[in-house]
Amino acid sequence: MQITVNGEANELNEAEINLAKLLDIRQVESPEMVAVQLNGEFVEMKNYTSTYLKTGDDVEFLYFMGGGSR
Amino acid sequence: MLRIEQEVIDKIIEHGRTEAPLEACGYLAQKNGVVCRSITMKNIDASPVHYSMDPAEQFAAVRDCRAEGLSIRAVYHTHPETAAYPSAEDIKLAYDPAISYVIISLAKNNPSIHSFIIREEEVFPEQIEIIVGTADARCGQVSHR
Repeated sequence: MQITVNGEANELNEAEINLAKLLDIRQVESPEMVAVQLNGEFVEMKNYTSTYLKTGDDVEFLYFMGGGSR
Repeated sequence: MLRIEQEVIDKIIEHGRTEAPLEACGYLAQKNGVVCRSITMKNIDASPVHYSMDPAEQFAAVRDCRAEGLSIRAVYHTHPETAAYPSAEDIKLAYDPAISYVIISLAKNNPSIHSFIIREEEVFPEQIEIIVGTADARCGQVSHR
């Protein structure tokens, strides 16, 4: 299966893969701290395991950014 | 080492002063190993002691950078009243292992800027090399942000 992840083409060996597994493969250690868009739409974390990818999908993920001076 | 154009440093200090007393935040994008673009982001906390970015704006910024052949090198934010060192909250929330964390202190008349690598809640100061030149020329295009 060929998908795009963060702008780069990726060939996946898995016949079936969901977003949770993809984040695991990409070694995202804190998946609760990333935001995910699939084909430009946000996917809630509770739906990662039920959201299966298909060829041609465009997945973007990034880390929430925050902090503070105290 | 973080290599960054002087012009970019000037812009993020200006951003911080504009937003003060609230914290300001943004991304730093690089091309050919030099940070040549600052991307102003909205602090959705609108707080003098906290900042959070809007994920939708983050995705847009990352896509815009990619379209221009840039990549995200670091995230920056200001400490309006405290030193340019990661707070406990900064350290706790530094989840992205692929970037540096730049902090600008506006506590004194002369702002100070420092870069850090934060991994698994450990803080490692990172040397900054300032490059004098024309940042937009290095990036290849004029920023639209």
